[in-house]
Amino acid sequence: MHESRSQAVPVDPAAERAAIEAAIEQCRDLRGATLPMLHAIQDRLGYVPAAAVDAIAAACNLSRADVHGVLTFYHDFRTAPPGRHVLKVCRAEACQAMGCERLERHLADRCGIAMRGTTADGALTVEPVYCLGNCALSPSVLLDGRLHGRVTPERLDALLAAAEARA
Amino acid sequence: MYSNKVIDHGTPARPGPATVTVQIDGAAVTVPAGTSVLRAAVDAGVRIPKLCATDSLEAFGSCRLCLVEVEGRRGFPASCTTPCEPGMRVRTQSKRLADLRRGVMELYISDHPLDCLTCPANGNCELQDMAGVTGLREVRYGQDGANHLTGAKDTSNPYFSFDPTKCIVCSRCVRACDEVQGTFALTVQGRGFDSKIAAGPVDFMASECVSCGACVQACPTATLIEKSIAEQGQPDHAVVTTCAYCGVGCSFRAEMKGAEVVRMVPHKDGKANHGHSCVKGRFAWGYATHPDRIRTPMVRDRITDPWREVTWDEAIAHAAREIRRIQDRHGRDSVGGITSSRCTNEETYLVQKLVRAAFGNNNVDTCARVCHSPTGYGLKTTLGESAGTQDFDSVEHSDCIVVIGANPTDGHPVFASRMKQRLRQGAKLIVVDPRRIDLVRTPHVVADFHLQLRPGTNVAVLNALAHVVVTEGLAKEDYVRARCEAAEYEKWKTFIALPKNSPEALEAETGVPAAQIRGAARLYATAGNAAIYYGLGVTEHSQGSTTVMAIANLAMATGNIGRPGVGVNPLRGQNNVQGSCDMGSFPHELPGYRHVADAATRERFAARWGVTLQDEPGLRIPNMFDAAIDGSFKALYVQGEDIAQSDPDTQHVQKALESLECLIVQDIFLNETAKYAHVFLPGSSFLEKDGTFTNAERRISPVRKVMPPLAGLADWEVTMALANALGYPMHYRHPAEIMAEIAELTPTFAGVSYDKLDRLGSIQWPCNDAAPEGTPVMHEQQFVRGKGRFVVTDYVATPERTSRRFPLILTTGRILSQYNVGAQTRRTGNTAWHRADELEIHPHDAEQRGIRDGDMVSLQSRKGETTLRAVVTERMQPGVVYTTFHHPESGVNVVTTENSDWATNCPEYKVTAVQVVLQAHKSDWQLGFAQAAEQQIGLLPGRARRGEGG
Repeated sequence: MHESRSQAVPVDPAAERAAIEAAIEQCRDLRGATLPMLHAIQDRLGYVPAAAVDAIAAACNLSRADVHGVLTFYHDFRTAPPGRHVLKVCRAEACQAMGCERLERHLADRCGIAMRGTTADGALTVEPVYCLGNCALSPSVLLDGRLHGRVTPERLDALLAAAEARA
Repeated sequence: MYSNKVIDHGTPARPGPATVTVQIDGAAVTVPAGTSVLRAAVDAGVRIPKLCATDSLEAFGSCRLCLVEVEGRRGFPASCTTPCEPGMRVRTQSKRLADLRRGVMELYISDHPLDCLTCPANGNCELQDMAGVTGLREVRYGQDGANHLTGAKDTSNPYFSFDPTKCIVCSRCVRACDEVQGTFALTVQGRGFDSKIAAGPVDFMASECVSCGACVQACPTATLIEKSIAEQGQPDHAVVTTCAYCGVGCSFRAEMKGAEVVRMVPHKDGKANHGHSCVKGRFAWGYATHPDRIRTPMVRDRITDPWREVTWDEAIAHAAREIRRIQDRHGRDSVGGITSSRCTNEETYLVQKLVRAAFGNNNVDTCARVCHSPTGYGLKTTLGESAGTQDFDSVEHSDCIVVIGANPTDGHPVFASRMKQRLRQGAKLIVVDPRRIDLVRTPHVVADFHLQLRPGTNVAVLNALAHVVVTEGLAKEDYVRARCEAAEYEKWKTFIALPKNSPEALEAETGVPAAQIRGAARLYATAGNAAIYYGLGVTEHSQGSTTVMAIANLAMATGNIGRPGVGVNPLRGQNNVQGSCDMGSFPHELPGYRHVADAATRERFAARWGVTLQDEPGLRIPNMFDAAIDGSFKALYVQGEDIAQSDPDTQHVQKALESLECLIVQDIFLNETAKYAHVFLPGSSFLEKDGTFTNAERRISPVRKVMPPLAGLADWEVTMALANALGYPMHYRHPAEIMAEIAELTPTFAGVSYDKLDRLGSIQWPCNDAAPEGTPVMHEQQFVRGKGRFVVTDYVATPERTSRRFPLILTTGRILSQYNVGAQTRRTGNTAWHRADELEIHPHDAEQRGIRDGDMVSLQSRKGETTLRAVVTERMQPGVVYTTFHHPESGVNVVTTENSDWATNCPEYKVTAVQVVLQAHKSDWQLGFAQAAEQQIGLLPGRARRGEGG
């Protein structure tokens, strides 16, 4: 889990409650439902709100600490809303060898954000990821769930601009 | 952490008949199969370095310090997770092992503050010890890299602190909370380098933590440490003694510095608790030296007079003079005494002896009158002995556990943890309770059935369960034939099979769906080993004794008595309520539950005591109150019981106490009863005297004096002085001599002595020639009374019915952090969890009355009213409200009634028809109470008053 807090991204408590309830209902009968519930909530909201911990604990008859332990173990889970677009930059060996740090520096210069940061306008959240399995085409990024290889700073700008234009 | 002066075996014992022999560093050692190499090494006298292992927890294998070499195997297995195998040859020391261990320690220490000299764990720290053992001399990595040395300390818990900078993330605390306590309040947050112990997403106080102390005890460093240790330093010696709170009777090490307690730690060898504790015994002992303690005897002529501090001699002489004066004027039977379930067996024995031999009557009773007197009556009638049938360890063999009218996670938390361990292993659970107590659904435990009955319908529910057993052919006929009275069984069987006892017929009365009753009955009868545990939700009813007998019927009919894993088990409320009953505290029974009308027994006591004894039972507590108001009962000696707060119908009790010419109160605090007293004799806490307590499993455990009595005399010495002043000689030099007299006169205690207690640690009675080391499980071959007796248990509804004026039912109980009248726990940090009694009410009932969570409400019955704060919760069922009686100003017993058990007069605390309305101001009784309390404090001498105020 990590926190990518941004004032720019508002939360909607009613939507949170609805998403949590729906996710719990959807996964209630699964064995070991905690992780599927957390995923289902993040799929709906883009993050796992604090209230989800209590709700999942109650639904699965676990302690709050149990759920907190699972939630915090996985870096993929967020506890605050991300920006409108989520960019995951691969920082595994092959991508590092092929210059992913350039991409990081470029993002810092262009958008003023470091890893796990969200831009002030709420447009973009950047997260590190360790191997997208696309090593032959390093460096790789995942933008809103879509994989891109051989990414240069220029291609990255183009990808982000296109995404923002779509949104 | 536990004291490093006590050997830690590293991993739990694996008891069993099969053994294996291994060689450790060339020495052969034979251990039970399944024992870890680490534990076997300890048996062989070899201490392998370790950090993440401790003998209260299953092996984890994370610290990599306990690595060993095993001949013929590659690598360096962790000895904690490696079980011994026949012929295994283990090396615990080699150059390579030393290098590996030092390397591990070097990494640990590279991220650990180097402040050993000023660290509270200095002198009792496993990390420090391991650095020494592994010969760590330098940390080549330095201390400048990324580290965890700046985390903020969590001091939210009143008793211990959590300092993450000292944490090595060995997970011992997390595992202790999970495996031992079963609360699961701790976790490892994050992963890898970010791993951090956390109480969930909040601090300790806001978390699910119940402050049992298991994590603190498990911590090998100063990360989790008692604030008392941080403030006072490490202890210099320890004394094993017994907790003075609930009937679990946990064994504790009082860790001392001179005559000052530094901390209380549960004793690993304690057979009731096996090294576990709860927030009360572990931490809430500060009351013992609270400034409110009264340290000087006091007398006064009228209860409106100021107290006069006097010498012990003067106080005792005054009390004796008053008793004799009153007896001369109003007759021998105009005086009486009340023994205390908080005091030792020896002290209780002395008080009843004082009443019978020196007062010369049988007007002695005890607080068990208001809690487990129906247990005494019911179990004696059916099984032949007034006590639970099992030891606590028995629950490890149970396949089905039934909890009736008990809330173990609050009332008997250490046993509840054992129970939950068994439930997590797969035992089935049936809860019979009007409230959704925690056990019904708590992390990793869920009841298979919750029979959420209406208060007052216990007998109906038990009859319905038995009806299913009998009519569906689930009774163990061969067991019953062999062990029970045939005619009585047939009579009962015919009765219980009547259609009126069917679950369907009783559904409307009990509120429990018939299908649930049928399911629960089938489960109980067919699960294998089925055990019933019950509490005051069974006894404190107009049919309390009937319920106890109905429970015994059910257990006998299904063959569930007489072996481990089964039984009928009253969970006793107070530390020595079993003992106080055993010691002849009831007006009709001499020690060992023998009736005063039994001439042979009476003669023995009379001869030994050198007096003649009355052959008629004396007054019970409620009779004493009535007689006081009538004017025939004039003087009362009360040792360690607060009848003014704990007994029902407070205004009636107050009137009775005001009617007395002489009330002698012996207590550690100026309790509510003492506010009506003429003589106050300062009592001694469990830390200030020697003696024994007997817990709910009949276990007699030693209580040991660790500090001198604050007021100069132990309670037994005070009773002795009073007897002597009355002209009846008592000259015991030590409580051991009192126990010798008890053993001499009481067959079930014949084999008990202080020497044997020292040798065995504790003894479960009966202990005599037939069972020289005591009796863990009773009725094994046959019932104590010979053949078990079934009793017909007709359900008779309580006269206390709801009406238009009082449409709700009030039921009362207690909570984890407070104890009984709260005299002790209210004077400790436990108030952080519970400052005042609150009224639990179902959302539906609350909404109807416009009550929101946190509103002040008036609770009214035909007896009186009181104002307290409402908590709206679905733990309650509609129509039922609940509160506790820990705080005198809440006056809950102003509301409870005079109704009581038909056989024993145990008050019906659990059923009072009430109304609840929004009300901002306090009741008249509360205003009067506050005024009277202030007046009484004003009557204390200056020194004592300062204490009471603070």
